[in-house]
Amino acid sequence: MKTESRLEKILNSGNLAVTSECGPPRGCLPEKVKEKAEMLRGVVDGINVTDNQTAMVRMSSFAAAVIIKQMGLDPILQMVTRDRNRIAMQSDIIGAYAHGINTMLCLSGDHPKFGDHPMANGVYDLDSVQLIQTVKKMRDEGKFQGNADIANPPKMFIGAAANPFADPFELRVMRLAKKIKAGVDFIQTQCIFNLDKFEKWMEGVTDRGLDEKVHILAGITPMKSAGMARYMKNKVPGMDVPDEVIKRLESVKKENQAQEGINIAVESIQRLKEIKGIHGFHIMAIEWEEKVSEIVEKAGLSPRPEI
Amino acid sequence: MITAEQKPVTEIINYISPYRRILLVGCNECVTVCAAGGKKEVGILASVLHLHFLKQGKNLEIDEITLERQCDPEYVEELAPHIDRADAILSMACGCGVQTIASRYKEKIVFPAVNTKFMGASESQGIWAERCQGCGDCMLGITGGICPVARCSKHLLNGPCGGTSNGQCEIGPETDCAWRLIWERLKELGMEDRYEEIMEAKDWRPSGGAGPRKIIREDLSL
Repeated sequence: MKTESRLEKILNSGNLAVTSECGPPRGCLPEKVKEKAEMLRGVVDGINVTDNQTAMVRMSSFAAAVIIKQMGLDPILQMVTRDRNRIAMQSDIIGAYAHGINTMLCLSGDHPKFGDHPMANGVYDLDSVQLIQTVKKMRDEGKFQGNADIANPPKMFIGAAANPFADPFELRVMRLAKKIKAGVDFIQTQCIFNLDKFEKWMEGVTDRGLDEKVHILAGITPMKSAGMARYMKNKVPGMDVPDEVIKRLESVKKENQAQEGINIAVESIQRLKEIKGIHGFHIMAIEWEEKVSEIVEKAGLSPRPEI
Repeated sequence: MITAEQKPVTEIINYISPYRRILLVGCNECVTVCAAGGKKEVGILASVLHLHFLKQGKNLEIDEITLERQCDPEYVEELAPHIDRADAILSMACGCGVQTIASRYKEKIVFPAVNTKFMGASESQGIWAERCQGCGDCMLGITGGICPVARCSKHLLNGPCGGTSNGQCEIGPETDCAWRLIWERLKELGMEDRYEEIMEAKDWRPSGGAGPRKIIREDLSL
C-alpha cells in the first residue's frame, strides 16, 4: 500500500470501487456541502470534490473536502492546473494532507472561456501529467517539484482523468500510457454513453497491458431528460452522446425520462462490469446526488465493503 | 513578425485632442508587413484625424514620418529635427517602438496608435496567426515544428486535453488543436514513439518568469 486511502484499499482488495462527486456551492454555506455529501454516506468509497468546474468560481475544493473529511467521509480532492501555479498547488496538497485528505485527482481543467470569468488568465504552469509527476515525487521521494526536501511529505493516492471520446482517438490509449508513466494510480473516465467506442478504447488499453498498471473507474452520468442529453451532446467539449441515447429518452413521457436515464446508467454499469480492466465506477450525478444510492443499489454494487 | 492592429480612432482622438501639432511616426518593419503602421497607414490615419478635427473647427498640424525601424535608437534619432515643433508624438509602431521614442525624447508625450498583438505568421492574405510566445527555450525540435506553448490554449506540454472535438480546440472551432497538429506531424515524420516521452515541467524563467529579459552580446557591444 502506498497510502492510507480508502479507495486504494478497496481497489487492492479486488472489489469494484465506487466513487461519486460533489460540486461545492457558489457561496459560503457549509451545510450545502454537507447535504450533498451526506447523501453519499455508505454509498460510495470516495467523494470527488470538484475544483471550480467549468471555470465557475465556487467554494474551493480544498475547503469543501475538509468539511467532508470532518464528516468522517472520504473526499477525493480534485485539482486543476488552470488556476494555480506549482507553488500554490504543492502548498494545497500539503495542507489537504494535514487535514487527512489522502486521495486526489490531477486535471488540467476547463478553459476559463467556459466560466463566469472568461477575462481571467489561465495559469497552466504545469499540465495534468506534470501534476501527477509532482504529487508522486512528493509522496515517493519526499521532495518538492523544485527538488527541496519535504519535512513530512504528503502521501496521496493519485488519480487522473481519461477521455476516450476526445480526438484524436488513436492518441487516447497513448495518453493514458503517458499518465501511467508519470505515476498515476487510478483513472476516472469521462462519462460513457457510447459503450461501443469505450469498449474499443479498453481493448487498446488491455492489449498493451495498461489495465495491470492502473485502476480504471468507468465514468457514469445519469441523464435527467432528453434535453440534458442533447445539451451534453452539443455543448459540452469532448462528450460523445450517441443519437440512440437521446432517442431512447425521447421515446418515454417527459415525467418518466429521469427514470429512463437511471435505467440507462444501471444497464451501462452492468455491461461495463464485464469488461476486463474495469475496476470500479465513478458516478457523476450532476446536481442529482440523491440518485446515486439508487443507481449503486440497482447495479448490484451495494453494500460497500468495510475495509 | 510582431503583429499589430490599429486602435479605434475614437481612442486615438481622445489621446491627442488636447494637442495641436502632432508628430505621427510609422515604422517600416513588422507593422508595415501586417498593414497596421507603415507609411501607407500613417497617411490614412493623418487624413482621418485632419478631417475629424477640421469638422470641430480645429486645424491639426500633422508631421508624417515613417522610420526604417522604430525599435532602433539609430533610426529614432532621425526624429530629432522634428521634435521641437510637435506638442505630442503618435506612434504607429509596436510597443517596442513607442518605448524607444519615449526613452529618447523624454520631454514629449508619446501615444500608441496601434495595439501590439503577438508574434505570428501570415496564414493567407490578410490573416495572421500566433506562432511563438518567446518562451526562451525553443522546443519545436521535439514537437514536430508546432509550438504547444503558443498554439495550445492551455500551453499543455503533454496534450491533447480531453476537450478536443473534430480536431479543434475546446475554445472554438476556429482554433486548431495544437496537439492534433503535433500528432499528425509526428506521424508524417515517422516519429510516433516520441509522443509517449513525457515533457517535464517547464522552466518559465527564460519565458519572462525571472523578470524582464535582456540579451547581452559582449562580442557586439561597444
